[in-house]
Amino acid sequence: MAAFVLDSLEPLIAELRSRGFAVVGPVARGGVIRMEEISSAADLPRGARDEQTPGRYRLSTHDGDLMFDYAASPDSAKRFTQPPRQTLIRMRRGDIEEVEDEAPRLALLGIRPCDLAALAVQDRVFLGGRHPDPAYRRRREALFLVTVNCAVPGGTCFCVSMGTGPKATKGFDLALTELADPHRFVVEAGSEKGVDVLGALSQAAACDDDLAAAEEVSRIAAEHMGRQVDTEGIQQWLPQAHDSPRWSDVASRCLSCTNCTMVCPTCFCTTMEDSTSLSDGTAERVERWDSCFTLDFSELNGSPVRGSGEGRYRQWLTHKFATWYDQFGMSGCVGCGRCITWCPVGIDVTEELANLR
Amino acid sequence: MGTRKGTAVTRSVRKRTEGVPRLAVWKFASCDGCQLTLLDCEDELLSVAAEVEIAYFLEASSAPGPGPYDLSLVEGSITTPEDLERIQHVRRVSKHLVTIGACATAGGIQALRDFGDVREFAAVVYARPGYIATLDRSTPISANVPVDFELRGCPIDKRQLLEVISAFLAGRRPVVPAHSVCVECKARGNACVMVAHGTPCLGPVTQAGCGALCPAFDRGCYGCFGPMESPNARALNKQLRALGMSTPELVRVYRTFNATAEPFRQASESAENSREADDDA
Ligand code: SF4
Ligand code: SF4
Ligand code: SF4
Ligand code: SF4
Ligand code: SF4
Repeated sequence: MAAFVLDSLEPLIAELRSRGFAVVGPVARGGVIRMEEISSAADLPRGARDEQTPGRYRLSTHDGDLMFDYAASPDSAKRFTQPPRQTLIRMRRGDIEEVEDEAPRLALLGIRPCDLAALAVQDRVFLGGRHPDPAYRRRREALFLVTVNCAVPGGTCFCVSMGTGPKATKGFDLALTELADPHRFVVEAGSEKGVDVLGALSQAAACDDDLAAAEEVSRIAAEHMGRQVDTEGIQQWLPQAHDSPRWSDVASRCLSCTNCTMVCPTCFCTTMEDSTSLSDGTAERVERWDSCFTLDFSELNGSPVRGSGEGRYRQWLTHKFATWYDQFGMSGCVGCGRCITWCPVGIDVTEELANLR
Repeated sequence: MGTRKGTAVTRSVRKRTEGVPRLAVWKFASCDGCQLTLLDCEDELLSVAAEVEIAYFLEASSAPGPGPYDLSLVEGSITTPEDLERIQHVRRVSKHLVTIGACATAGGIQALRDFGDVREFAAVVYARPGYIATLDRSTPISANVPVDFELRGCPIDKRQLLEVISAFLAGRRPVVPAHSVCVECKARGNACVMVAHGTPCLGPVTQAGCGALCPAFDRGCYGCFGPMESPNARALNKQLRALGMSTPELVRVYRTFNATAEPFRQASESAENSREADDDA
């Protein structure tokens, strides 16, 4: 695929907006990189760097032009493809009204290679079975994906182990690699839509030096993974570790707070809430994010099937790394490290797996 | 804490009375903040007033109607000998009894007396403590009479209060999840103050309901909705110490609105008794 060079992202952002996309990109807010709507390249967090360790995240600002000098943030594409809350149906005096949610045309700028892998997992979960989810499909098809290859993996990243990064190979419309001195981006199109958008911009073909520099960025990133997992035979041995004493050890540290599942880009579990309004007799059914760490999640006949902390942690880890293969033919983990960073007590899936093995 | 969920709610209040359901609001030892949440419902209160007869609500009207009542909302804890008798009366005249707020559900801030000697406090506060008739402990309603549902919070959340009233009127189980505040915090898109700022937060051991209000304003959760369904305060305490909290600070965070809710009582006592025990855990 032909590669080009962009000196600025401003024309790309303007082009996407002129095509009716809301551009969602990284911004620094509240000491964290969030994915929010932006209107210009000036909104991007120039000079921001993150420090990620188990249970700890810190953002700092440095000199220089780099805008993507950090790793995955708590917001993955999930917040947009599977919003935290959505109304499914509304009913008024017996009349059912299906809530046709309008899928917003979103350009996700700066999502990471591991996020693209997570989208492929979501596609399999929501669209690959016997009952595809039409709302997910609408939202998914309305996306334009501009990924940024990672230059600086976070301290909790392990995409190399999971084969999902730090350089994107598929699943994007455009892929950027950010280069310094001079500040520029090597850009490749990965789809017809991407070729079309790129064609509308004035760009120069990337020269050999640009391509070599981009390769170097990805090569160095791959050598600097914060974590690793030995995935050899994991689908077999992990379920067999069902009776390991390690589960009660991790349960003694785990808060069952659900943060790991909430930030995981592939965890898809939801619950339904029905409500009735006092004022106008409207009844509503809402779907919202849930987690296998809550007791309601496995409640049957008034009591939870997974009442113990051991049982709940085992469900999470085993599902992500092993039984997901049985269910969907792929790993449920893409190695983004979010669950490690955003666990308030720093429980590390890679360490738990190493200890269980 | 008595009943965890509204499993007792199986039938419509309205069907039982063949008329307009009658609602009563009762006050025991409390600050009135939870009743004010009901008054604060303004528009919704008008529709509540259309759906139910608010037969007894001294905060809103000075002309109480007689019992029995289909739904009683009870605010406040039991702290005097007179309360002990009155709560029996309330239970007798109420088909459904729902406690509202930390006082009624866990004993409230006044349950701090449980950790000391109430006679000593009275001697310090009152010129003639002999006139004070008070119990040694502040107890939740469920310690005295059976309760159909407990709504948490200090104060309660308006949205949850309307949900509970709607649910009782419709004869369904209220949607009041018992999981952690973190669930709401992540759904809301807050930055986690523990992880991103190093600010101590009780969210992981506290029941949701407030919509993760404090973390939305860069504050740690104060635990005003009381212990969540499966709190692991020992594990959280270890992290709170790592973030720099001292033993007295740790004791104090658990001894506020829900100090005598069992998991919070244990959390403060274990912090107090043994720093080592938490560190080794
Ligand atoms: S399990 Fe953890 S590392 Fe794996 S995809 Fe989920 S959040 Fe990322
Ligand atoms: S790990 Fe838990 S929350 Fe995540 S997808 Fe599996 S069951 Fe659902
Ligand atoms: S896991 Fe890999 S692709 Fe994802 S943020 Fe880290 S380095 Fe980038
Ligand atoms: S592993 Fe961490 S984030 Fe997940 S439920 Fe346990 S304490 Fe919470
Ligand atoms: S800020 Fe507090 S409530 Fe929110 S996710 Fe972090 S620990 Fe949980």
